[in-house]
Amino acid sequence: MFEGLNTKLGAIFDRLGRRGVISEGDITDALREARVALLEADVALSVVKDFTVKVKERALGQDVLRSVAPGQQVIKIAHDALLDMLGTTAEPLNINVAPPAVVLMLGLQGSGKTTTAAKVARFLQGTQRRKVLLASLDVRRPAAQEQLAVLAEHVGVASLPIVPGQDPLGITRRALQAARQEGFDVLILDTAGRLAVDEDLMAEAAAIRDLAQPHEKLLVLDAMTGQDALTTATHFHAKVGVTGLVLTRLDGDARGGAALSLRAVTGCPIKFLGTGEKVEALEVYHPDRLADRILGMGDVVSLVEKAAATVDKTEAEAMATKMFTGGFDLNDLAKQLRQVRKMGGLSSLLGFLPGVGKIKDQLKAANVDDRVIARQEAIILSMTLKERRDASLLGASRKRRIAKGAGVEVQDVNRLLKQFFEMEKTLRQVRRKMGPGGLAGLMGGGVSDDPDKVLARLKRGF
Amino acid sequence: MFFSSPPPAPASASAAAPEESPRASGGWLARLRSGLKRSSDTLSSGLKNVFARRTLDQAALEELEDLLIQADLGPKPAARLVKDLGATRLDKTVTDAEVRAILAESLASILAPCAKPLEIDPTKKPFVVLMVGVNGNGKTTTVGKLAHGYREQGLSVLLAAADTFRAAAVEQLVAWGERTGCPVVVGPPKGDAAAVAFRAYEQARAEGRDLLLVDTAGRLHTHDNLMQELAKIGRVLKKIDPEAPHATLLVLDATTGQNAHAQVETFKALTPISGLIVTKLDGSAKGGVLVALADRFGLPIVAVGVGEGVSDLRPFDATAFARALVGLEDDRQSKQELDMSCRGDEEPST
Repeated sequence: MFEGLNTKLGAIFDRLGRRGVISEGDITDALREARVALLEADVALSVVKDFTVKVKERALGQDVLRSVAPGQQVIKIAHDALLDMLGTTAEPLNINVAPPAVVLMLGLQGSGKTTTAAKVARFLQGTQRRKVLLASLDVRRPAAQEQLAVLAEHVGVASLPIVPGQDPLGITRRALQAARQEGFDVLILDTAGRLAVDEDLMAEAAAIRDLAQPHEKLLVLDAMTGQDALTTATHFHAKVGVTGLVLTRLDGDARGGAALSLRAVTGCPIKFLGTGEKVEALEVYHPDRLADRILGMGDVVSLVEKAAATVDKTEAEAMATKMFTGGFDLNDLAKQLRQVRKMGGLSSLLGFLPGVGKIKDQLKAANVDDRVIARQEAIILSMTLKERRDASLLGASRKRRIAKGAGVEVQDVNRLLKQFFEMEKTLRQVRRKMGPGGLAGLMGGGVSDDPDKVLARLKRGF
Repeated sequence: MFFSSPPPAPASASAAAPEESPRASGGWLARLRSGLKRSSDTLSSGLKNVFARRTLDQAALEELEDLLIQADLGPKPAARLVKDLGATRLDKTVTDAEVRAILAESLASILAPCAKPLEIDPTKKPFVVLMVGVNGNGKTTTVGKLAHGYREQGLSVLLAAADTFRAAAVEQLVAWGERTGCPVVVGPPKGDAAAVAFRAYEQARAEGRDLLLVDTAGRLHTHDNLMQELAKIGRVLKKIDPEAPHATLLVLDATTGQNAHAQVETFKALTPISGLIVTKLDGSAKGGVLVALADRFGLPIVAVGVGEGVSDLRPFDATAFARALVGLEDDRQSKQELDMSCRGDEEPST
């Protein structure tokens, strides 16, 4: 996500950053390029203008040009201006109310409301331990209610039984009643997709709002939306009132310009980002990290958090102990490979790291993709349990058998083993250096503690 | 109708209207225009402010360029159009209407070569149409509308629900099948999409159908594995007839911004695209990216979707689109028509 914009803006400001002396003309040129890059990323025109004006004013106003590292200063200014657009703090869902908290999902047709409703439900039930009820008010699109019911079952969240022929207000009433009687913490109402210009349907949405008195009104918007994103958001905001935004399809190559515009113009915070078709592909929105990512600075904090959410803490600690006491075997390597896959695969992880654009392209060119990980796992799984515990058993004949079993060449098996032996060697060296107490220093507390602390540790480590 | 098998005379409003039912005949052009009118509202009200009657200087041209960018035309076509305008009219005093007329002409000249309906080759039995596109842009709804249109023309249509991924996508298409009276071939959930397409093709041949519409799962063009699945559907269909699918239509959402370029590019690289269908033009989105796409790829724009009803799929009329985009039609009368006819044939809810 945001790669196109990230690569382009990164390159523009990078060039500026490397120069010792900068003239007003250089800044004007850079901003002209930035304008096109932002427009091609579908950032709303008015927002682009604000951005360029702001950056220019600040860059020219603060003796920046005569300072020691003017380029770096301009980058800092651009970063701050981006933050102004994105908002500075993450704002969580407002569901800490007397239950049931009602969340209303709104949006155009095909923006991804239903999928997002299921993802948010899964998020609230899974990470926040809330009891969630899903209800679809979409009586217009054929099979829309069934879609939500299927998704609800898939994520293990309750959904309101479908009563054919009931109108949206009727369903709302029934959902509210069910939520109250059955003690749900959160009720998520998924509405039919509607055009912002459709007066009748907007009136219906307002009627649902009046009846349900939702605590959150989330507008779901496709990240690929063009300049119309603003019109849509403004209409919904004016007619129904919006308390938060969810941007979907950030796993595509959309440059996500809408994310930049919406907050700036509607004043509503973005709360979630949809990053894939799978139900776990939902990220809590962090404006500061996003600004980093857009300017190509990476987002290590989100990466650590992602690891914390996916990796089982006790398992991680057991693994760490093994690593530093010398019992690390192929079983553990397989476990690690699986974790990388669980976290969305290599390409997804790389997206969080600084300077990614280029590396990612190179990896693609070199055909290093997530299938490599799956293949390596297959190789390990083709070994006997004894072999997995003791890799030194593996002679030529065993390797041939394993290669056949995993559907790869013997070289692939060798490559994996080489990787494993090197890893073992490194671990031995680390053990020797740190001594018995070193383990606690680096890995203590596992990965699931405060990400900032882990980050600080990582920074010290490298 | 836009999808008649021998290509109709250039899809002009008056030619197409008599074929429609009497109640809809007054309505549909109005609906298209009204749909587009909403799209062009921002653009045209902006234009009015800029060009009430003033000297066309550099500042005015820049404002004009901004307006085009806001209509999603994209920075390059916007710059080109404005340059054309500046070359002939710079420093002259112009009226609002003049500027609009000139703009409409340049827009129409870019779009006109792309306004081509889909030609169904009657010798292919069935003629296989593969529908592709990213998620949520209206593929399934468009399949339903196409099925309705071709049924009205007396063709025998079979639908294939090859979207085995999205929850309840099959049910949605089955509902459209019932609504339009077309049988639907379905497979098991999460099953192999290519297998469904293959079976549907065999069945359509056995039953002597004229047309097979294959609805595929929405896929982001950046997901390589899903794109490969799409390629597989194509390969499997070719086992029955090397020429199949006879047409592949890319469905595009009018609200999409500059990302539409990437979508067309990637899908086109994978499978030959015979044409575009642009949906949701009844919203506030301007669909200006169409101009940029026409300019760059020259793909036929087969039809446009202007509503959720079965008959809300229209031929693409470059001139009408261009004129409506710059706000040249006077809609007071047609708006009344719209109010009377539009609600009437709205979809009954299911």
